[in-house]
Amino acid sequence: MIKFDQVSKRYPGSFDALKNISFEINQGDIVFVTGHSGAGKSTLLKLIAGIERPTSGTVLIGNQNISQLRNSALPFLRRKFGLVFQDHKLLYDRNCYENVALPLYINGITGSEAGKRIRAALDKVGLLNKEKAMPITLSGGEQQRLAIARAVVSRPSILIADEPTGNLDEGYAQDIMQLFFAFQQVGVTLVMATHQVPNNFLASAGLLSDNSTISKTLNLHQGMLVL
Amino acid sequence: MKQWLNQHQQALKQVLVKMRHQLLATFMMCCVMGVTLCLPSMLYVIVDNLNRLAGNVKSEPQITLFLKLESDSTTADKIREQLSENNMVDHYQFADKAMAWQKLQESEGTKLATLELDKNPLPDAFFVFPKSVAPEAIAQLQSELQTWDGVELAQVDANWIKRFDAILQLAKQAILVLVGLLGFALLAIIGNTIRLQIMTQREEIEVSQLIGATNGFIRRPFLYAGALYGLGGGIAAYSMLTGVVYMFNQSIAKIANLYASDFTLSLPQPILIVGLIAAAICLSWIAAYFAVSRSLAQLSSLQ
Repeated sequence: MIKFDQVSKRYPGSFDALKNISFEINQGDIVFVTGHSGAGKSTLLKLIAGIERPTSGTVLIGNQNISQLRNSALPFLRRKFGLVFQDHKLLYDRNCYENVALPLYINGITGSEAGKRIRAALDKVGLLNKEKAMPITLSGGEQQRLAIARAVVSRPSILIADEPTGNLDEGYAQDIMQLFFAFQQVGVTLVMATHQVPNNFLASAGLLSDNSTISKTLNLHQGMLVL
Repeated sequence: MKQWLNQHQQALKQVLVKMRHQLLATFMMCCVMGVTLCLPSMLYVIVDNLNRLAGNVKSEPQITLFLKLESDSTTADKIREQLSENNMVDHYQFADKAMAWQKLQESEGTKLATLELDKNPLPDAFFVFPKSVAPEAIAQLQSELQTWDGVELAQVDANWIKRFDAILQLAKQAILVLVGLLGFALLAIIGNTIRLQIMTQREEIEVSQLIGATNGFIRRPFLYAGALYGLGGGIAAYSMLTGVVYMFNQSIAKIANLYASDFTLSLPQPILIVGLIAAAICLSWIAAYFAVSRSLAQLSSLQ
């Protein structure tokens, strides 16, 4: 469903952030994008999510070529994804409920239908009792869970997370990983950038990358895939 | 369709909530726009009312017909006959030179001047009131009267009306210029306000774009904000105009009373008021549209 073919990305006035990347992600996969800082993890995720366009090569998302897509079509492509950022990107001038409501409003869903879905999403991440709370009053882990609720509320088939546990301590990180894994188990494709594959967690879930077909690791080094 | 309506309702609600949170700022904004719109409207009211006032006065234009000095009563009789037959003449008055001379001699102001003269310098005169008040008709009648035997001069006493008309025309042009300039100021004010709002909501816009908001979705609340500012400004301008006219009417009534007139300032016609408000809404909408489009272009070039 996502296919990269000889993809390079160069930012203006800068070096190649990505060089000749080719890979394929299938429905229901769990994919880890690893590498040190500046290896191109975020760029890769941005290309997948249709936030950036490749400088060369083809990015196919559900048979749509990103390079040939008009600017006005990009927003509709982005709605297929649920995005979770390292810095949450929550809106601090509105409460939890309204934060989660944003993707639905963008899709034109309001009223009781929206309310049901928002509460379901909050319930999934365990924040149902905090719907009226402002995000600033939540802990780091709770904020990240709120960001996940916002990412899944419009029921995307692909979840993309950029170092979602980067700022969290071990306990919270485990929590968040478990949440993501729960979504992956109901058929959501999961693409996650991370410093390190949480091997102990995957082992406990029976999903270690070398003995599972649905789990794969894309290891980046200076913009290139390393096997 | 329902989705589309939902999105508009959502945007409008969002804007209204935001405006209610910043009631004072919104009120001040509307006042600024109100004053801007009120200035040309006020000038319009003045010119419009002057025009009306002039209309009352100039309904009785007249042509003064001076006969030649040496003409006698038979010439005057002939002209009287001609005037009665002319179908462009409504009615006329005859001013006999002897009677006029006598009046002049009796009048306190001119008594001394008449003493210095040894004979009557005044000619016989007719005051002719034409049927039509149209300037062309009057001019035609004047040139016709001028050709009659025994007529020294046919003078239209409407020159001041022409001048006054010309001045009113100038004032109307000044209004147009003022409307243009202040309209431009309005565009700048609204554009700047919307731009500031966009800056404070920049985070929200960026996040919305990341999760799939179209430019239309982002633009919508700002367009509604612009239109609402326009509506508020238009209503504010109308209120100010009504207030000023009401205030002035109190003193104008006193002055008019002294002149035995019941003249009062009147507001522009309702259609013009509606036009004023509609124009304010349109201008603000356009300004908001350009402000958001510019900001969106800047944001996407940063990405």
